[in-house]
Amino acid sequence: MKPAPFEYRRPREVSEVLALLREIGDDGKILAGGQSLMPMMNFRLAQPAHLIDINFVEGLDYIRSENGAVKIGCLARQARALDDALIRQRSPLIAAALAHVGYEQTRNRGTICGSLAHADPAAELPATLLALDGSVTVASARGNREIPAQKFFQSYLSTALGADEMVVETSIPEQPPNSGSSFVEFARRFGDFAIVGVATTMVLEKDRIADARIALTGVADKPWRERGVEERLIGQRASVELFAGVAHDLGGAIDPGSDIHASAKYRRSLAEVLTRRALNEAWNKARIGN
Amino acid sequence: MAKQGVKLVVNGKSIEKKDVEARLSLADFLRHELGLTGTHVGCEHGVCGSCTVQMNGAPVRSCLMLAVQAEGAEITTVEGLTNRNELAALQQSFKKHHALQCGFCTPGFLMSADALLRKSVPLTEAEVRQAVSGNLCRCTGYQNIVDAIVETSGGEVAAPAHQEHASAAKFIGARVERAEDNELLSGKGVYVDDIDFPGMLHAYVVRSVHARAKILRIDTSLAKRATGVVDVITFEDLGAVRNLPLTIPHPNLKPLTEFPLAKDQVRYVGEPVAVIVAESRYLAEDAAPLVEIDYEVLLGCIDIEKALAPGVPLVHESEPDNVGGFMKQSTGNVEKAFAQADHVIKETLRVHRGGCHAIETRGILAHFEPKAGFLTIWASCQGPHRIRRTLLQLMDMPEHKVRVIAPRVGGGFGPKGGFYPENFLIPWLAVHYGTAVKWIEDRREHFIASRQERDQTHWVEVAFNNDGRVIGLKNFFLYDTGAYSTSLVVPWITLATIPGPYKIPNLQLEFKSVYTNKVTAMVVRGAGRPQAVYVMETLMDRIARELNMDPAEVRRRNFVQKNEYPYSVGILYRDNNPLEYDSGNYPACLEEALKMIGYEDFRKTQTVERRRGVRLGIGIAAYVEGTGFGPYEGGSVKVGTDGKIYVFTGAASQGQGQETALGQICADFLGVDFQNVEVVTGDSAAIPYGVGTFASRVMVTAGNAIAQASGQLRQKAIQLAANKLECRSEDLDLVNGEIFVKGTPEKKITLRALAHEAANRVSGFMVDRSIEPGLEATVYYSPRRSTHSNGVHIATVQVDEETGHVEVQRYVVAHDCGTVINPMLVDGQIHGGVAHGIGNALYEEVIHDESGQILNGSYMDYYLPGAMEVPRMEVSHIETPTPLNPLGCKGAGEGGTIPAPTAVSLAIEDALSDLKVKVNRIPVSPEALANLIAEQKEKTSGVRG
Repeated sequence: MKPAPFEYRRPREVSEVLALLREIGDDGKILAGGQSLMPMMNFRLAQPAHLIDINFVEGLDYIRSENGAVKIGCLARQARALDDALIRQRSPLIAAALAHVGYEQTRNRGTICGSLAHADPAAELPATLLALDGSVTVASARGNREIPAQKFFQSYLSTALGADEMVVETSIPEQPPNSGSSFVEFARRFGDFAIVGVATTMVLEKDRIADARIALTGVADKPWRERGVEERLIGQRASVELFAGVAHDLGGAIDPGSDIHASAKYRRSLAEVLTRRALNEAWNKARIGN
Repeated sequence: MAKQGVKLVVNGKSIEKKDVEARLSLADFLRHELGLTGTHVGCEHGVCGSCTVQMNGAPVRSCLMLAVQAEGAEITTVEGLTNRNELAALQQSFKKHHALQCGFCTPGFLMSADALLRKSVPLTEAEVRQAVSGNLCRCTGYQNIVDAIVETSGGEVAAPAHQEHASAAKFIGARVERAEDNELLSGKGVYVDDIDFPGMLHAYVVRSVHARAKILRIDTSLAKRATGVVDVITFEDLGAVRNLPLTIPHPNLKPLTEFPLAKDQVRYVGEPVAVIVAESRYLAEDAAPLVEIDYEVLLGCIDIEKALAPGVPLVHESEPDNVGGFMKQSTGNVEKAFAQADHVIKETLRVHRGGCHAIETRGILAHFEPKAGFLTIWASCQGPHRIRRTLLQLMDMPEHKVRVIAPRVGGGFGPKGGFYPENFLIPWLAVHYGTAVKWIEDRREHFIASRQERDQTHWVEVAFNNDGRVIGLKNFFLYDTGAYSTSLVVPWITLATIPGPYKIPNLQLEFKSVYTNKVTAMVVRGAGRPQAVYVMETLMDRIARELNMDPAEVRRRNFVQKNEYPYSVGILYRDNNPLEYDSGNYPACLEEALKMIGYEDFRKTQTVERRRGVRLGIGIAAYVEGTGFGPYEGGSVKVGTDGKIYVFTGAASQGQGQETALGQICADFLGVDFQNVEVVTGDSAAIPYGVGTFASRVMVTAGNAIAQASGQLRQKAIQLAANKLECRSEDLDLVNGEIFVKGTPEKKITLRALAHEAANRVSGFMVDRSIEPGLEATVYYSPRRSTHSNGVHIATVQVDEETGHVEVQRYVVAHDCGTVINPMLVDGQIHGGVAHGIGNALYEEVIHDESGQILNGSYMDYYLPGAMEVPRMEVSHIETPTPLNPLGCKGAGEGGTIPAPTAVSLAIEDALSDLKVKVNRIPVSPEALANLIAEQKEKTSGVRG
């Protein structure tokens, strides 16, 4: 299982990366953490003619707070983000999701933005970004644009990213006060891709739910979220029964597929159970102010 | 650029290389460019963790990084952990806790753990399990690894209290630390892929992509012109080649075996069709798509339960019903028993066994020296002598010029005991090109081309009375043997293991071995026994359910009792001898296991928790395992003129610790210090005849051979010394390598001095001419028949009713393998076996589609249990020495695996007892379980409504 040959490019500046992307386009692949790309290349399922290794570009591994959002540069590794105090305090849902992403060894190389750009519908981070109404900033020689998560993920391993563009940053609105979040997933083994995962956030106003988000992995060809389901929670008094009802409705609203890991029916049932559990957990956290 | 310079620091040393191939992985760079072969490659897709190294202090997968990406980085490999040949504290702790067996995954664990220890200490067991969940191990069951790391961190180890073993002997019975470990822990163990020769060629096997097809045309011309390709070989190029011999013939088994390369038909996805020989593995793989093969694709036969129907595609046209072998055995009067019984239960039970998945894949390196004509082969295998014998059957070579070596082998578990097409092809290529040729199976190939032991479907009926006693059993089953025949060993063992520890006077047992268009089946750890235990123990629980009796009590009432040995079952075992249990203590194992788990307390807790909606369950699985098959194994013990004691045996090691256990035996029987004994396994040049390591046979066969050879050598040495010291041999004693006159210890001679005398026989030394030269003795031990280990496993689980998720919470084992040579090693065998069995219960399944394609051929889709999935295990040894061999020992290599799937599946049923859920197929996935729960709930509510 050795990769096919490719031209190796090692730009030192973002502008150089962008120039290369303009030149190479679809024949090139950006190599950041490589934890999804390299297995595909070793299986020869991916055979890019050019590999643009961005790991030697400086200044892209930041994690900082800016205008009420956590900004994560495209070379910030998942392991660092998981340990990052800023992320744990201001975007605990990202930290909760990251704990399920692969293993220590893969998180030490894998990047947050790389996982978003890879857009595996079973992956934790895309659904989490969607739940948090985050966005992705992409750059090309033509300039930068910020794409909301809702528009960024298009289908299986496919995003709004153009052939000459790279993800340079992701931006995640910080979790507001009086809110809680939860990431719950069901995987066959610890660290595996989940069959279904649920990312939720909930904002409370006294005993009523002021806002709620629910995004799922593994139930569509991209991370799934539907405002209509969330709206059933908003303005309501939180209760175990309410969550069970909404989770049940969600089970009816999704249209998952079947594969060797799980049938559509099982995914639907997991989605319902996990959503209920996630909502309860987010609610409990919101009540204690986490 | 396709090539790039790289400058980095490796283990503190600056390294600069020009023109490194950009696609070269960091793992391959470290291993083959820098010679740091302590870093191992197990899957090449970032799941197994064997290739873990540290990059600037953080553990990373070196198979998922390019070497050129390490530019400017500091890389630390396992070789960098050892400080001037001194093991670091972590490595020492691994040794102390027996945290390694084959040693292949060990460097990866060490690198992950070392980084973890720098991050935070002390650590809890839970923290460590999570941190090493990205490292897979097939041998240890993780527990000892976790304990070793926790202890190094200063944390609290929940290690069980070690039982003391009273023994007059010095080393036998003691927890002796392993002789293998220093080498393996410092990355110095040499596995096949660690050996490179200048100018060595690399082979890549082009395999069938269809389960059943005719080969119409193969065109290799394009591939032959590809960069770096030396040649491409197909069947036509092999000349007068024979098909591979059967592993073990049987009158009821036709030898329908494969050719080394497919002739005109392929019968499974993965069957070798062509071999590309190139300057590197990378280049060989590049040429693979250029080999043009035209197939006429045919419908295949995939499912055993459909294979016998008329009109089903035939795997072999000569076999009109797809049946490749059969057997029927019976005892007593089954029909009468069924007519008289108070109750009869019928079940259909299905078992899938999964694959080998040693973390080191198969591999073979053949070196041919054309002038002198010597062929040397290094193979990752379980028996080098068997490979050599088979090769000599297939190739015309002078016997003394062919040597086969099993170097360090990274786990075997059965499938590495087979003779595969590559075992012929690679030596053939080496001879053909007069050079060295290497082939290392990659993980993708392991999924499609390494033998698996797989599906059985049992239709079983049991007759029993109101008192719970079983009086009759009828079982018919189908066994999926895959595309070609190897032996009837697996189904025969299943058949003979069905009765287990129970007295069942009337038996009717029958199987058919069925061909399918899937890779050929062969033994995998447990070898047919896990299926039998699953059938019998599931019935025991169903009987308990039917009679509303405690499952432990049903077993008690049916056990063969301590005073009933030898107990004759009434059928033939797979060595063609009457199946007779030599010794054991089945009730004692059950009571011990019940005590360990706290059975009564668990039942109370279970009731309380059930009321809160928490579903706990407990499963008991008892087994008897026939171990220590013949035909023979040899032990050659020699005092070297360097003063070392050498022990040679053909029973190659795949991590079990032979060098230690066999050394202990030699030390005691010869009268020397264990530290001075060197055990050499797995080299056909070291001892002329050998069989190999499989079927839990080494301690019985090689152990007794070495015990006897050591005893003979002791007598010979004393006799020689008597000659030398001019005294009677009765007056001499041999202790700690010295022979001295009893009562006058200063009158002595060392074994080393004696070895010189015995080899030289210089004039003036009045040697008894009847004594042969040299200070050595060789014994080939052939057991009369197999000896039977036994044990009871109990698992407790928690089942999530909503998702079907099963958590194995506690696991206890009461085990009797007769005399225990080294309890630490037996614990290790059991831990690893149980982990494998948990995989068989819940995780491991090779899934085929209707056309015979494997749908889950990677570790992302095929789930090997990790440290988070395998629970803590407690092991208790009960020793009932067998009268069948002088050591009194029985096999221990598979006892961990055999009952484990069943202990888990029965615990699941117990957790769902009110719903009467039946787990009639293993492995049981969460989805399958969720479906079973839903079905039963529907039925129950239907009844209520």
